[in-house]
Parts: sequence; structure tokens; C-alpha cells
Amino acid sequence: MMDITSILYPVISIGGLGILFGAGLGYASKKFAVEVDERIPKVRDLLPGANCGGCGFAGCDAFAKAVVEGTVNPSGCSVNSKEAIEEIAAFMGLKVEQTEKKVAVVKCKGTCDKSTNKYEYYGITDCRDAALIPGGGAKGCSYGCLGLGSCKKVCPFGAIKIEDGIAVIDEEKCTACGNCVKACPKAVIELVPVSKQVRVLCNSLDKGKEVKESCSVGCIGCRMCVKVCEYGAMNFENNLAHVNYEKCTQCMACVKKCPTKAIHGEIISEEVNSSTQAS
Amino acid sequence: MELFILFLSAILVNNFVLSRFLGICPFLGVSKKVETAVGMGMAVTFVMTLASMISYMVYNWILVPFKIEYLYTIAFILVIASLVQFVEMVIQKVSPTLYQALGVYLPLITTNCAVLGVAVLNMNEGYNLIQSIVHGVGAALGFTLAIVLFAGIRERMENNNILTAFQGFPIALITAGLMSIAFLGFQGLL
Repeated sequence: MMDITSILYPVISIGGLGILFGAGLGYASKKFAVEVDERIPKVRDLLPGANCGGCGFAGCDAFAKAVVEGTVNPSGCSVNSKEAIEEIAAFMGLKVEQTEKKVAVVKCKGTCDKSTNKYEYYGITDCRDAALIPGGGAKGCSYGCLGLGSCKKVCPFGAIKIEDGIAVIDEEKCTACGNCVKACPKAVIELVPVSKQVRVLCNSLDKGKEVKESCSVGCIGCRMCVKVCEYGAMNFENNLAHVNYEKCTQCMACVKKCPTKAIHGEIISEEVNSSTQAS
Repeated sequence: MELFILFLSAILVNNFVLSRFLGICPFLGVSKKVETAVGMGMAVTFVMTLASMISYMVYNWILVPFKIEYLYTIAFILVIASLVQFVEMVIQKVSPTLYQALGVYLPLITTNCAVLGVAVLNMNEGYNLIQSIVHGVGAALGFTLAIVLFAGIRERMENNNILTAFQGFPIALITAGLMSIAFLGFQGLL
């Protein structure tokens, strides 16, 4: 006959251990309980959840926590839709700070046919590595987009593609999280207001002659745009033109004047143009 | 001296990951960044040390007197699981920063077979309490060493041009195999 103890002992010992550990954990969970603010998950649900880090926090969870704690305004998330931001603000009883939607722009038009190469590059397909090589990469212009796609790799929204040797940003998909700006070793990507269409698409600080040698669409520093601008919206610094977006009325005078077509601008119809000038 | 040899052999010669092939899951899963690898190593070290101590006590003071040694697997798992839960609670309370850094890897230690492995090995080898603890610490440090080295290599591989067929896990497995061969060199140490 089977000994009853051979069943009893395992049941008692393992069961006892289980109860002991269970009780210990139960006690510990009371003792080490961490209070969580119940508003945090609700705010978190209204965030996009991409965890892109564009807001400067570790992720959407950390951002939600900061919103509840009041250290940051809901509009600090540039990725979120306007409606969701307003919903969070209403939920938290806050006012929304209006921020103009921005978009990332690659300040380089030097596609394969328009710019020269210093040498043939066969190496790691990453700009941050290529930029460390003497000369700062294969591109003739040492300020231009290398087109190896470091920005594409870090974009959480798939808004960047490499076309014809330079990075191209899809403005529809871009949420201005700024990851690509940080990733680019050439600092060729910049966040600009989405409504301003006049942009200098060149990053070169070289003198005109050197720019001409390496690229046919670079800013050669002729200052034509500065002279032609009636609103004083063009600044000139280190051989490169900059647009002052607050002053620019998008009259397109500089776009038409630029001899190398380094200033990009979509020609807006006359009607819109005149109304912006009137205001 | 004997304890030191036991300690060193657990780290280098009988490295848990690279020569006993235990704990491969976190070794491959959590080794993409050195930072998380270090965090994982620290958490495993803590749990392994306590687990080897408590499982020794459970085995020798409860299972052996009752003559139910065959239940050691379930008893050890019980110990490890509740230990991990406890560690998680304590860390969450004491250091939220560390808790955030470890994230999901903390509860994953429960299913780390290296932790169960060290408890079972202690039992099989018949180590006493001190030896068990030393062996546990050594094994855990060996695990940490392996995973941190591996993470360092993988971080560098990220930027390499690898054949499409080898990208991701295949190349990681090959690297792990080569590291294992390298650790074979420690075999003559003791």
C-alpha cells in the first residue's frame, strides 16, 4: 500500500512554501506600494505613442507624466494632432499654447548630377561614419547632404527617403520631432515653419568660387537676394543667405532673382500673393 | 583558495552563457545596447546570488528532510519567481530610475534558465552554503561579462555592411559561437 506521507509531505512543504512566499509578497506589495497618478494613463492614451523623443522626454509615458505634473504644456508634443492636444488641455484644465507647425527641411539640392564627388566611397552606409573620413565624406561640398541615410534610419514616421543622392523629406508625414536634425553629422536638416515656402536650400559656408566648383545649385554668396528683398527678410552670414521667417512675406522676388536657384519657393498665385502683401 | 578557484571557474572557464549555454534568451534578446546589457547583468547578479542561497536552504532544510528531492525543479522555480517579484517591488519603490532603466527585463529574469541552472548545479555538485553563494555570484558575473562584451560587439556590427541573409540574428548567433570558441581558451587556466 502506498504510504500516505509520500503525498502529504510534498503537499505540505510545497504548499507551505507557496503560502509563505505569497504572504511575503503580499506584505511587500503593501509595504513597497508606489502610488500612481490615475490621470497619467488617460493623458498617455491621447498621445500618439510613437515614443519618438521629439518632446525631449524619454517617451510618451514620461511626457504624459510631465503633463500631469504640470512641468510641460500638452502642446510640447509636436507630433500630436491639434484635436488631441486640445482634448488633453481640456482634461487637465490648461490653456493651449499655440505653436506653429514645423517641418524638417534638407538644406541641400546637390543631387548626383548637380554636385561633384571627391572620391568614390565604398564603406559603411551611414553618414555619421562617412563624415569622419578626411574631407568629411565623398561629396565635393563638405557641407552638403551625404545621402547615406542616417536621418532615414532614425525617422520613426518613415518620412525620409534617399533620392538621387540626397535625403528628401515627405512634408505630409513629417511631424517635426527633430530626430533627423540630431542624427545629421552635417547639420544640413533644419526645422522651419510649414507655412513659409521660401527656403534657402544650401548649407555651404564656402566662398562662391569653391561652391561653383563642387555644386551647380549652391549659394554662391552673391547677395542678390538681400538686395532684392523689400522687407529685409534676407540675412547674410558666412557666405550663406538665411531667410528670416518672421519678416518674409513670400513675395518670391529672391526666388526669381537667385542665379543658382539655391532659394526654393513655390510660386503662389497672384491673388494670394497680393493679399499677403496687403496684410 | 578553493573558493577563489570556484569563483574564477564560474566566471571564465565554465561561463554560463558561453560554455554551458544557459541563459541564451536574454543573452541574445537584451544585448543590442551596452547600457541595457549592464542593467540586465546587475539584476541577474542580484537575483542569482539570492536564488542560489535560498534554493540551497529550501533544498537542504525542507526537501531533503522530507525526502522529496524529486520536487526540486518546482521548488526552485517557486523561489526564483517570488524573488524576482520581490526585487521588482523593492526596486520600484527604492529607485524608480533603475526600475525604468531595466523595464521589462526585470520580470524576464524569472524565465532565465541560468538562474535555475545555478541552483540545480549547486545541488548536483553538493556545494555547501558558502560555496553555493560564491558559485552563484561567479556565474552571475560571468553572465554579465558575456552579455556586456556581446552587446559591445553588436553595437559595432550595427554600422557594418552585412549580407542580407546574415542580417540580424544569424550574424549574432555566429558572433556568439565565435565568442564561445574564444572562451574555450580559458579551459587550460585552472
